[in-house]
Amino acid sequence: MGGLQKKKFERGSATNYITRNKARKKLQLSLPDFRRLCILKGIYPHEPKHKKKVNKGSTAQRTFYMLKDIRFLMHEPIVGKFRDYKVFVRKLKKAYGKTEWSAVERLRENKPTYKLDHIIKERYPAFIDALRDIDDALCMCFLFSTFARTGKCHVQTIQLCRRLTVEWMNFVIASRGLRKVFLSIKGIYYQAEVMGQLITWLVPYQFAHDHPTDVDYRVMATFTELYTTLLGFVNFRLYHSLNLLYPPKLDGKAMSELKEEDEDDYAMNSECYLEKLSALSASLSRVVSATEEEDAELDQFPVEGEDTEKMEAREREQKQQEAQKKLFEGLKFYLNREVPRESLAFVIRCFGGEVSWDKSVCIGSKYEVTDETITHHIVDRPNVDKQYINRYYIQPQWVYDCVNAKIRLPVEDYFLGVTLPPHLSPFVEEKEGDYVPPEKLKIMALQRGEKPGMDRTEEDEEEEEDDDEDDEEEEEEEEDDGGNDEEEETEEQNLKTMQEQSSQGKSLQVKVTPGKVTVENKARLEQEEKAEEKRLAIMMMKRKEKYLFDKIMFGKKRKIREANKLAAKRKAHDDAEKSKKKKARK
Amino acid sequence: MDDRRGNVQSSEQKEEMKKVQEKTTKRRNKEKEELGDEQILNLNNEPPEEDEDLSDSEDSVYSGLEDSGSDSEEDEEDGSDGDVTVDSEQTHQAEEKKNMTEVKRKDDEYEHDSSDEEDIRNTVGNIPMEWYRDFPHIGYDLDGKKIYKPIRNKDELDDFLDKMENPDYWRTVHDNQTGSVIVLSDEQVELVNRLQRGQFGDINFNEYQPSVEYFSSDVMIHPVTNRPEDKRSFIPSLVEKEKVSKLVHAIKMGWIKPRRVEDNSRGTFYDLWASEDSSILSKHRMHLPAPKIPLPGHNESYNPPPEYLFTDEERALWEQQDPSDRKLPYVPMKFSSLRQVPAFPRFIHERFERCLDLYLCPRQRKMRVNVNPEDLIPKLPKPKDLQPFPTVQSLVYRGHSSLIRSISVSPSGQWLASGSDDGTVRIWEVCSSRCMKTIQVGGAVKTVTWNPNPAVCLLAVALNSVVLILSPALADRQVVSSSERLLLGDQEAEAAEDTGAVWSEAEGEELNQGIRLKVHHPKAVHQVVWHAKGDYLASVMPDNSSHLQVLIHQLSRRRSQNPFRRNKGLVQCVSFHPVRPYFFVATQRSVRIYNLVKQEMTKKLQANSKWISSMAVHPGGDHVICGSYDCRLSWFDLDLSTKPYKMLRHHKKAVRGVAYHRVYPLFASASDDGSVIVCHGTVYNDLLQNPLIVPVKVLRGHVMTHDLGVLDVTFHPTQPWVFSSGADNTIRLFT
Repeated sequence: MGGLQKKKFERGSATNYITRNKARKKLQLSLPDFRRLCILKGIYPHEPKHKKKVNKGSTAQRTFYMLKDIRFLMHEPIVGKFRDYKVFVRKLKKAYGKTEWSAVERLRENKPTYKLDHIIKERYPAFIDALRDIDDALCMCFLFSTFARTGKCHVQTIQLCRRLTVEWMNFVIASRGLRKVFLSIKGIYYQAEVMGQLITWLVPYQFAHDHPTDVDYRVMATFTELYTTLLGFVNFRLYHSLNLLYPPKLDGKAMSELKEEDEDDYAMNSECYLEKLSALSASLSRVVSATEEEDAELDQFPVEGEDTEKMEAREREQKQQEAQKKLFEGLKFYLNREVPRESLAFVIRCFGGEVSWDKSVCIGSKYEVTDETITHHIVDRPNVDKQYINRYYIQPQWVYDCVNAKIRLPVEDYFLGVTLPPHLSPFVEEKEGDYVPPEKLKIMALQRGEKPGMDRTEEDEEEEEDDDEDDEEEEEEEEDDGGNDEEEETEEQNLKTMQEQSSQGKSLQVKVTPGKVTVENKARLEQEEKAEEKRLAIMMMKRKEKYLFDKIMFGKKRKIREANKLAAKRKAHDDAEKSKKKKARK
Repeated sequence: MDDRRGNVQSSEQKEEMKKVQEKTTKRRNKEKEELGDEQILNLNNEPPEEDEDLSDSEDSVYSGLEDSGSDSEEDEEDGSDGDVTVDSEQTHQAEEKKNMTEVKRKDDEYEHDSSDEEDIRNTVGNIPMEWYRDFPHIGYDLDGKKIYKPIRNKDELDDFLDKMENPDYWRTVHDNQTGSVIVLSDEQVELVNRLQRGQFGDINFNEYQPSVEYFSSDVMIHPVTNRPEDKRSFIPSLVEKEKVSKLVHAIKMGWIKPRRVEDNSRGTFYDLWASEDSSILSKHRMHLPAPKIPLPGHNESYNPPPEYLFTDEERALWEQQDPSDRKLPYVPMKFSSLRQVPAFPRFIHERFERCLDLYLCPRQRKMRVNVNPEDLIPKLPKPKDLQPFPTVQSLVYRGHSSLIRSISVSPSGQWLASGSDDGTVRIWEVCSSRCMKTIQVGGAVKTVTWNPNPAVCLLAVALNSVVLILSPALADRQVVSSSERLLLGDQEAEAAEDTGAVWSEAEGEELNQGIRLKVHHPKAVHQVVWHAKGDYLASVMPDNSSHLQVLIHQLSRRRSQNPFRRNKGLVQCVSFHPVRPYFFVATQRSVRIYNLVKQEMTKKLQANSKWISSMAVHPGGDHVICGSYDCRLSWFDLDLSTKPYKMLRHHKKAVRGVAYHRVYPLFASASDDGSVIVCHGTVYNDLLQNPLIVPVKVLRGHVMTHDLGVLDVTFHPTQPWVFSSGADNTIRLFT
C-alpha cells in the first residue's frame, strides 16, 4: 500500500493544547510576567477532554493552555512593555551600583508604564459583558480601599480604589438600583440591579486587616490593576447613562451648604472633595438639570404565546420594585456614632431616605440630633440617655430587613434592648421541599398583607402555632416520601399475619372470629398501583440511565434529609425555649 | 592643614626676604636716611644692631607664635643649624655692604630689586641644609671660602633658661642659611599676625573700596571695551557643530528620548465602549466565563435562625474534618447586635483564593444534565393491560422439613411434585394444598420432573447418583396403565453401550411407594429433564474433568447413551427443544445448541454472565432465558443473535430458577433475595418485531433462611399461576 505511517500526537487534540512551561518558553517570559499577562488578558488553563491524549500518553499532572490562547498572547503589545520594564530595572540597578544619581533620576523619569484600556476593550467588547464581570472587580476594589497604607500595595492604588468605589456607590444611589443587602459574618453583601444585570459585591467590615503572610499580594495587585481600570470605565459609562457628570460633582446647592460648614476642617480642597463624596449624603449634579424622573409608562407589547397571567405577574413585580425604590421616602434617619455609617447611609439613601449623623463622625451631616423631624434614630447600644419622644429608636438590622422584605417591617421587634429576630439571607430562594425558616414565612405573610395579631403575646403564640403547623406539614411531606414503602410493608405484615393465622388454624382448633369489613381506600390503592408501576418501570431502565436516576434520587433524598434535620433542630430549640418560658412564669 | 602650612612657608620666605631687605636698608640708612620713606614695607626703622646682638642667644626653637603644623620645616631648619662665628658673619656682612653700595651707586633703578642680593653670603643654593649637618661649615661665600657655623655653646639648659629669662624669646627666629638668630621687630610681628589672619600685609590697603559698576542698568554712551569683535564670533563653531550633530544622531537613533510629559492618564477614563462593533463580538474566541461566587445562605448571617447554628457534635466534627472536606468553610455564629460582629479573619484569603481560581484553575465546559428523573423512566405498557398474571399469594404448601430444591407440576395441572433435602418427594394437590403422597427416597432430592406427556403419569427424580422413575398412580386408570406399559417396554434391548448407566427395577418396599425404575449413574446427578414426547430424558452429572457429563436415556428401550465425545466445560443444565430435535446445554458461561439429528452444534450463545444457574426454553422454541448467579437474567432471541437480546438485573441476589409459561406470555425468575419476579414477555411471529419484555409483578413471601431464598419456580401448565419453592421449607402458589 505504501504511504507514511501516521505518527502519534501530531494531530487532533494533542496539537491544540500546550503546557504552561512550553507556553512560557514560547512567549519568552519569566513566570511572574507570564502570570501577570495571563491575569491581565484573562487567559486561563483548559482541562482537555482526553488528558492522556493531550499529554502524549503520559498521565503526569500538567496544566494545559489552549495553543490559540498563547498565540493570541504573542501579539500583545504589553509583552513589549514588560520587557522594557525589565531593562529599566536592570539599568536602574546598574546606576545605583555606580552611584550615578543623575542617571537614576533620568531613568526614573522615563520609567516605562503601560495602559490597560485596549485590554479592557478587547476582553469586554460590549459594555454589558463588562457589567457581567464586574462582581469580582467590585469585591476587590472594596477590599483594597479598606487597606491601610502599610506598604502591601501602592498608596495610589488604595486611593484609586477608594475613589472608584465611592463613585460606584454614588451611582447606585443615583440610580436607586440596590435590591438586597445581607449582613453576614464575612462582611456586608449588596446586590444591585444595573442595566438589568444583578451585581453582587461584598464589603468587609471596617476593621484593620490582619495581613496574612501566605497570600501573594503581587497577584492581588495585578488583579486590582485590571479591575480599577475596568471599574473606572464602567463608572464613566454608567454616569453618562444617567446624565451625571463624571468625575462626579456634588449638586451645586448641596455643595455650597457643605462648603460653608467644613471649609476650615479640611485644608486641601481635593481631599475635602473625596470626603464629601464618600459621605454619600448629597446628590450628584447632572449634565442636564434634573427634571422630575420621567416615569414613562411602559408600553405593553403582548408577546405571542405568553399568557396574561405571566404579564400580570411581571407587572406586579414591576410595581413592587417601584414601591421598593421608595421604601424610605419621607423618613428621616439619624445615625448614632456606633453604627456602621457608610453602609447605613448608602442603604438608606438608595431607598430615598434622608440621613444624617453627628458632625464629628464625618463630614456631610445635614441635621442635628435635636431636629424634631427625625423619624428614626438608629442606635446599636443597650440604651440611650436622652430620648426624644417623636422618633423610633431602632437597631440597624431593621433597615436591612426592610430592604430585603421590600416593605417597612413593624419596628417593635427592633427596639432598643430587644432580642433581634434572626437576619435571613435574601439570596436564598426556597424551592418546593426545601426547609423554610419560620421567620421567613412570617415575612412572607406580611408581604402578602396579612396583619399579625394586635396583641403581642397572642402574636407570639400564633407564631408558635404557625411554626408547629409548618413542622407538621413538613413531617407529613416526609411521610409521603417514605410512605409507599411503609404501606407496602404494612400490607406484607398483614399478609404474614394472615398466613400465620391460617397455618395456625391448621394445627390448632379452628376458631372463627367475627370478620371485619376492610375499608378499601380507593385513592390509596390507586396510588399504590402507580407506585408499583413506577418501581417496575424503574427495573427496566438501562444501566446508564439507572445510574443517573439513582444519582438524582440520592441528591433529592439528601436534600429532604437535611431539611428534616433543620426542622427537627428548630423544633427542639423552640421546645426548649417554651419550657424555659414556662419555668420563668412559674 | 596644607593651606596653613603653605601660609607658614610663605610667611617664612617672606621673613627671609625681609631680613635681606633689612640688611640692604641698613646700608642705605648709613648713607642716606630718607630713602626708607618711599619703601612699601616700612621695615627700615628697625635698629639693625639689635639683630646681631640677639643672634648669640638665638635658637631654632620657635616661640608660641608658630604652630606645630610646620614641624618638618623646623626640623630641616634645625638640622641646618651650624656653627657660624659671629666674626665671619660680620666680615661677610661688611663685604656685602661694600658690594651693595657699589651697585647702588651704579644705578639707582635697582634700588628696590632684591633678586641679585639673594644669598650673597652663602652660595650653596636652595638645598636642604641638613646636608651640611656633619660639617663644620654651612656653605661657601662668593670667594669660595667656607662659611663656618657659629659656635654652638648652647645646650638644653641654656635654651630653657633663655626661654624663661629672655622676654624676646617668642620673637626670636633662627636663620637656617646662616645659622644665625634673628629677633623680629614689632612691625614684623604685626605683619606676621596679619598674614596669618589672611589679611593683606599692607596696613594701608583698603579691601573694601567702592566698586565701579560697569555693567549696570544705565546705558552708557561709550562701550566698556573698545575692542573690535573677533573673527570667530562671525564663524560657526566647529566644536559646537560636532556636539550638536552627535545629539541629533542620538535622537535619530532613538538613544535620547524627549523628556516624557507627565502622563497622568492612568486615572482618567473615557467612554471606552463608544463604538461597539459587532465584528469584534463575532470574532471572539471560545470563552468560558468563570462561574460567579455562590451567594450566601442563611447560615452565613451574623444573626442566623437558631437551627443553622452548629450543635456541639457538629462543631466537633467540623473541627476534625480536613479543611477541604468541610461542607462549610466557616462556623455559623450568632451575635446579638451588629456592633459585636468582628472582622472575618479569612477575608483576604478568600479573595486571594478567588483570584487564584480565576487565573490558575483549568476550566472545562461540562454539560449539566438537567433531567427530570421521571423522563428517564421508560414508558412501558401498564401491567394492568397485560393481565392475567399472578398477583397474590394464595396457597402455601407446608410439610417438608428441609429446603425444597425442585418442584414440578403435572401436565394436567392437578398435581404438584416437590423434592426436598429431607429425602422425600411429596405430591400435592394443587387446589387444596393437600399432601397426597410422601415418598421416601433416601437422599437429598435434586430434581423432580413430571413427564410432559399427558398420556402417561410418570415422575423422574434425581438424587445422589440415581435417577428414579416413579409412577405415582394419580390419574385415571387408562393413563396409569399406559404408563405402566411404557415402563415395562423393551426390556430385552438392554444397555449395550458402555455409558456407565445401569438400569434396574425397584423391588419390595420401593415398589409399593411407586418407584419403578432406577438408573444408576457413575456420578452424582444434578438434573434430569424430560423430552416433550415423554420417552427420552436427559440427566446431568456436572464434572469438569470428564466427557461424561450428560446422558440421554430412552425409557421405552431402557437404553442410555452419551451424546458428547468431548468435554466443553462444566455443564450446568440441559434442556430439550419443545418441537425440534435440538438439545440445549448450558455450561458456565455459554449455552450450546446441538442438532441431535445431524449431530452437530448449531449455535453457541454467549450469556455475558459469570455462572449460569438455570435455563428455560420458550414453548415456541425460539427464545431462551438464562438465570445466573451474578443476579442477571438474559433473554436470547435465537433468530436475532448469539448475544442476549436483553439483560435484566432485577434481582439483588443470585437467580436460582427461571421458567416460561406454556400458554401465557409470562416468565418468572426466582432469586436468593426471596422474591419471584414475573415478567410479561410477548413474542411476535413477525421476525422484525422484537419481543416485548415488561416486568409485571414482584412476588414476595418466602422467608430467607441460610442466605437462601427461592430455589425453584414453575408455572401452572394452563392457569396463570406460579409456584415457588423456597429454603423456608414451603411451596407457595401465587395466583
